[in-house]
Amino acid sequence: MQPRTTKTKKINKTVKVDELPRVEGEGSLYLNIVANEVKEVKLKIYEPPRFFEGLLRGRKYSEAPDITSRICGICPVAYQMSSVHAMESIFGVKVEGQLRELRRLIYCGEWIESHSLHVYLLHAPDFLGYPDAIRMAGDHGPAVLRGLRLKKLGNRIMEILGGREVHPINVRVGGFYRVPRKQELEPLKEELKWAIDASLETVRLTAGFDFPDFKQDYEFVALRHPSEYPLNEGRLVSNKGLDIPAGEWENHFIEEQVEHSNALHGLRKDGSTYFVGPNARYSLNFDRLTPLAQQAAREAGLEAVCCNAFQSPVIRAVELVYACQEALRIIEGYEPPEKPTVDYTVRAGVGSGCTEAPRGILYHRYRLNERGEIMDARIVPPTAQNLPRMEEDLREFAPGHMDEKLDLLTLHCEQLVRNYDPCISCATHFLKVDIQRS
Amino acid sequence: MKVLVIGTGNEQCGDDAIGPLVARRVQALHLPGVEVHAGDFDPLSLIDLWKDAGAVILIDAMSSGRAPGTIERFEAHARALPSGPFPARHASTHSMGVPEAIELSRALRQLPGRFIVYGVEGRNFSPGSPLSPEVDPAMDRVVEQLLADLGRP
Repeated sequence: MQPRTTKTKKINKTVKVDELPRVEGEGSLYLNIVANEVKEVKLKIYEPPRFFEGLLRGRKYSEAPDITSRICGICPVAYQMSSVHAMESIFGVKVEGQLRELRRLIYCGEWIESHSLHVYLLHAPDFLGYPDAIRMAGDHGPAVLRGLRLKKLGNRIMEILGGREVHPINVRVGGFYRVPRKQELEPLKEELKWAIDASLETVRLTAGFDFPDFKQDYEFVALRHPSEYPLNEGRLVSNKGLDIPAGEWENHFIEEQVEHSNALHGLRKDGSTYFVGPNARYSLNFDRLTPLAQQAAREAGLEAVCCNAFQSPVIRAVELVYACQEALRIIEGYEPPEKPTVDYTVRAGVGSGCTEAPRGILYHRYRLNERGEIMDARIVPPTAQNLPRMEEDLREFAPGHMDEKLDLLTLHCEQLVRNYDPCISCATHFLKVDIQRS
Repeated sequence: MKVLVIGTGNEQCGDDAIGPLVARRVQALHLPGVEVHAGDFDPLSLIDLWKDAGAVILIDAMSSGRAPGTIERFEAHARALPSGPFPARHASTHSMGVPEAIELSRALRQLPGRFIVYGVEGRNFSPGSPLSPEVDPAMDRVVEQLLADLGRP
């Protein structure tokens, strides 16, 4: 070890990852340190935009869940839920009772599938010291198998409720096209009981990871409901005083286009960053978790609020416990409703839906004409809302780590990005195009 | 001992249809004791599908810059499949490619004892394109070779 000198070493480093691995979608990371200062941080999102808000225009309201679900292969249910809630708010209907429970159930399926995949295949390799899940699987076979079995269960729930694993086809405005018979859900019970234990194992596994001590003064934003851990419904709240009906999202948040990203950046109206997803949900809704999930969190060393984004795998594992318990509760109490859908009358209007995708709040807003055709649409995915916060985290994190060897600093930066489980495919669905002709 | 023939690929994307089309030709032969699957499989589901099989023959389109219709036969137990010719559908690791799925299965000690992959070089994988004419005779040749692997005339 070299003796410390009285003169501070001037550090110049550039962290460059051209294709971020183990994130959903295509993006790159650029962080430039000059003379001990972070000069530039860019999450360059180059995955091409797909203009969903444009192609929804002129389509029928009923097509929104099916079209928007194509934005993402990992969280299609979230898109379906936000869109059907938006349309139902325009028509003035509420889906209650068993149909509401079935919606929570299919959403639990998606959380289980998404969180288990992220924790085991995308994030655990960082903490266990492997470059990828394949090499990790050689030494940690039982853990990876547990993750795959959890993912399979989540997919199975989505298949039974939704008719298909990827882009379920059974979700519609008003409810479902078909509801399951009690016997169709029975076989899930035993597997869910196993899954609750497997999720608790997942909490224990992630609790043992080495977390960089990196706490920030985040503004967490999530739904909050009078009695439930939030999935489909609630007011939009933050830990800094926000408490609004979710439909007023556009009065308090903006999306900004930045040059280096095909995804928009979500910000508060005053330009500050915010944080959506498991850390936010958990920190704003700890008291709504089941006692078992709360206990698991405490035993893992978590408090009711978690300001260290690196601990996100533990939070996802706690949400896995919750989702498995909630799914079992719904199935045990299930009685098929008389009709698979509630009646409604199509009318013109503007309405929004905001639901908790695995990665955070997903906001949809539509304007319909009197024939129920979509005049315009706005879709704000969670990852776009987290992008500026991710860049700010990198900016805050780098100074304390700049004398690490470049390889290690790069890994830490990638790991930080993976804390957010970003879905770049979702984030790039929209780009505003400005054409100037001289 | 379960024998699986799996043809994987997206039938809407030109020559990516090779895998499922070959599988359907095998299916039409109604070989006793052989379970055939044709579809656009998520590699993680493939791992689950083949984990209890004794033998697997998997067919997938390749993109390696060679002449369309070129066939290559790989033995997964001899060496790892090269990733280049079998890219993952999307740039995310939520969907790995076939070679990565095989390696994950191997790491989990679940790779079936006999595992053969037939790659058939395609030319055009754009959504909505028809199958390139060069690949059709190649698909028949794959079926013949595959039957020989299965010990069937």
